[in-house]
Amino acid sequence: MSSIELPSRQDVEDLLYKEAALLDEWRLDEWMELLTEDAVYEVPPTDVPEGDSRNTLFIIADDAVRIRSRVKQLLGKAAWSENPRSRTRRIIANVRVIGTDGDNILATANFAVHRMRYESVDTYIGHYDYKLVRVGNDLRIRERRAILDNEALRPHGKISFIL
Amino acid sequence: MDKSAESYVVDDQDKGLFRVNRRAFTDPECLAEERRRVFDKCWIYIGHESEVPHAGDYRSRNVAGRPMILVRGDDSVVRVLLNTCTHRGSLVCRQKSGNAKTFQCPYHAWTFSSRGQLVGVPGEDSYSDAFKRDDMALATPPQVDNYRGFVFACFDPAADSLYDYLAGAREYLDLVADQSELGMKIVAGQQSYSARANWKLLVENSYDGYHGLPTHQRYFSFLSDIGVDMKGRDVAAPSYQKAVDLGNGHAVVEYQSAWGRPIAHWVAPFGEHRKAHFEEVRRRFDERFGPERSRRICETSRNLGIFPNLVINDIMAITVRTFYPVSPDYMEVNAWALAPADESAEDSALRLDNFLTFLGPGGFATPDDVEMLEACQRGFANREVGWSDISRGMKREHPSITDELQMRAFWRRWNQLMTEPQLKRARKAA
Repeated sequence: MSSIELPSRQDVEDLLYKEAALLDEWRLDEWMELLTEDAVYEVPPTDVPEGDSRNTLFIIADDAVRIRSRVKQLLGKAAWSENPRSRTRRIIANVRVIGTDGDNILATANFAVHRMRYESVDTYIGHYDYKLVRVGNDLRIRERRAILDNEALRPHGKISFIL
Repeated sequence: MDKSAESYVVDDQDKGLFRVNRRAFTDPECLAEERRRVFDKCWIYIGHESEVPHAGDYRSRNVAGRPMILVRGDDSVVRVLLNTCTHRGSLVCRQKSGNAKTFQCPYHAWTFSSRGQLVGVPGEDSYSDAFKRDDMALATPPQVDNYRGFVFACFDPAADSLYDYLAGAREYLDLVADQSELGMKIVAGQQSYSARANWKLLVENSYDGYHGLPTHQRYFSFLSDIGVDMKGRDVAAPSYQKAVDLGNGHAVVEYQSAWGRPIAHWVAPFGEHRKAHFEEVRRRFDERFGPERSRRICETSRNLGIFPNLVINDIMAITVRTFYPVSPDYMEVNAWALAPADESAEDSALRLDNFLTFLGPGGFATPDDVEMLEACQRGFANREVGWSDISRGMKREHPSITDELQMRAFWRRWNQLMTEPQLKRARKAA
């Protein structure tokens, strides 16, 4: 039996909506404050959505060092694929608090992330699996995995912003 | 220079100027010709035999616009079958991958064996005596062959053998295949992406040393940030480097790289605890191949282009990448990771981690490459600027990896195929 008290769905929604707003507004330094020091961000390949990044070639499998570097790059000038920046708009829905795993709180949500760039609109569709932890009165993100329903990144071509 | 409307390539070796007509990137008629003169004439990569390890294993995939099945038959032979029922055309295999004794067409239930033979026809007594099952097996490309696990097909029955076709590229495929005594394998997980750009722009980009620093400065900053020693490994002028025309349109750049290589080139971010293991692996390569070949396998990186559309980049990991034009300004790209079949779980995890630092549609480099190709394609809309320049290093005795010899090797072969008289056709017409 876990001794962790599950957060309410509204608490989790508040966190995910805030995250979506910070990412859409490119406030990436503030977004990182929502993450734990050991956070992980992963996007599995479209053909092995349930894979493990240790034995499967992912699209993104960032540890905390790489997340920080990714943000630094994206806020700099030389990430050409995001300079000029994409406009993104995230629709987060079907938020569910699933349970616990050790001291992690498991939550999931559906997403539709629209990216607008050079007058094309590409839509990334899928769901997030989150591992959240309580830090004081707040929830922090220890792991976020964006699992695409798109069968291929076509015509998207790339995931150059933070999905 | 003669830049007549009809020529695609101007190759002026006296002056040292090489120009490619941008129509080659934009013209739908050029793409239609490419399908006939390039993709229907050359050996095209289908997949790796490790993707179908057991009898009955199959992968269905689109290759150069055609739905095909890579399958290991019940006789353990790896075949390439054209995924269309010989009856009325339906795909007989609609799953991406699996294991099957037979492929049954969902439309009228004709059944084919894992070798492609027709083995079941409902109501077969309604056909005349002229109907023969043997005539109705699933079709295969006229030539299918395998070089060290890499399976290719060719739609030209008169084409040279795969062995001869690969020419000088075999040496570089060997440097990859020799990385394990038990063979190499494709790792689970396919990176399926695209670019709104002509497919030949990705050919050029995949072994372009000139773009490395300007396009990928964020990657080199990342390496430096995580503690890779960049001193003495000047990425712009590495101490060891060469660009080689391998014949038949294939080319390679080979160079000493700053990044670590999971096969046996240790760098600080891999961790002190792994250093002894890397030295041990290196010692085994020294024993197997001697110091010179061992050094090449372990320390040098290679970006290999196999004409027309296969890239094997043995860099901070090994990527196998192939791509097909859908239209002049849009291509589909598939990429995989290749690794020693006997690699430990820990080594494999390190390899995949290193792969993702640079490569793939979410890496710290590939998205910027896609960006550049798409920016070129949009720029081509300025039809008044009709030619691209690929002259770099043309007059140098030993062009470097930041020159453009490798692209010229591709373009010369491409131009030859696109412009040579088609003798058979001419004879028939006469």
